[in-house]
Amino acid sequence: MIAKQTIQLTVNGKAYERAVEVRMTLADFLRDELNLTGTHLGCEHGICGACTILFDGEAVRSCLLLAVQADGANLVTVEGLAQGDELHPLQQAFHENHALQCGFCTPGFLMTAVAFLQETQSPTEAQVREAISGNICRCTGYAPIVQAILQARLGG
Amino acid sequence: MKPAPFEYFAPTDITEALDLLTHYGDKAKILAGGQSLMPLMNMRLARPSVLVDINRLAALSHISLDAHGALAIGALTRQRTIERASLIQTHYPLLAAVMPSLGHFQIRNRGTIGGSIVHADPAAELPALCLALEAEFVLRSAVGQRTINAADFFRTYLTTAIEPVELLVDIRFPPWQAQWRWGFQEVCRREGDFALVGAVAVLQMDDDAVCQAVRLTMFGVGGTPVRPQRAEEMLSGQRLDGQVLDQLANVVTTELEPDSDIHASAEYRREVGGVVARRAIEMALGNARGHNER
Repeated sequence: MIAKQTIQLTVNGKAYERAVEVRMTLADFLRDELNLTGTHLGCEHGICGACTILFDGEAVRSCLLLAVQADGANLVTVEGLAQGDELHPLQQAFHENHALQCGFCTPGFLMTAVAFLQETQSPTEAQVREAISGNICRCTGYAPIVQAILQARLGG
Repeated sequence: MKPAPFEYFAPTDITEALDLLTHYGDKAKILAGGQSLMPLMNMRLARPSVLVDINRLAALSHISLDAHGALAIGALTRQRTIERASLIQTHYPLLAAVMPSLGHFQIRNRGTIGGSIVHADPAAELPALCLALEAEFVLRSAVGQRTINAADFFRTYLTTAIEPVELLVDIRFPPWQAQWRWGFQEVCRREGDFALVGAVAVLQMDDDAVCQAVRLTMFGVGGTPVRPQRAEEMLSGQRLDGQVLDQLANVVTTELEPDSDIHASAEYRREVGGVVARRAIEMALGNARGHNER
């Protein structure tokens, strides 16, 4: 039984229409169907946060959604942050603070922080730490990530 | 890691959803926020042959207060929506205080109140909160509707009184009383994780600082959230001084019957259970009218 459904959605401002298998997760859809491989998959059960994207403006785990559930949705992935060669201020702050080493977790941290800073414009360090508590980094360590988010907050 | 194949339905009205549940019975699983079901499906611990996605049932997403102050929340209401609702912050302070502790904010953006209740993880906050507040759940099926108390709903680990043909549509909380004081405490390894042990307390004190009524609910200490009866009884009619609270911690520790698992031993949970129960009561005592900061 391979049931497919056609979905229409917007990703990073671009409209797409695709027929997808109903059991395909949204994360796999972004990576394998749209070739937007910036969205990473770590645990695939909602613990690590690497697959975080914006779904109608809200940060969500794309591994815990089905692609068919994104029919009609407006998504932003890490590929939608930079304007051409110009990094998003948050990306620039990560760069300047050495907030990434292997980079695997980075897209999830960026999308989490983008959503967080939209809602909380002048966060304290404690609020930043709470906001990123659902994202796991296994190499850089969290201190530079927290610094980068605090710097981006200040328009760094 | 991919979910096993399933047939997918996304009904747009409740009747259609209930008909699907009637037709497929226990072959079907309901997909709400998916923050518990999708991990199980990704790991193939759950392999439903039919998925009924209720996310298009807009009628199940609402928050309302009636003339008496009773609160009704639609089962599909996102946890983040409840957390942000000014009506909840103003009229139901305990609920507003507990919501930010449910998972991480990315989880609450999708996770629903009904989904967490029906999933019935014994370490989850919402089932414990519903038990403490004596909430009622409205369950609908194709043939009718029934209302069940939180105390009768949670049966054991991940198991509730809901039938496969039923859909939780509404969660009803009694009017918040101005004289209620509340406390909420939990111990977890990381912000947003499931609690190892937690406690919710709702107190009513008279003008002489004597405890008139108490509801103490413990979670993470067995198959369901529990109200330790002996602990509640020993607080009623007492002035809650340091000596009584020490005694309370001991009573809770002996009354709980937690299990050991990978996260914590039974002994640890009993010990910490006594401590968080005491802290929740202390917090309630410091929480005049329940509007103070956490």
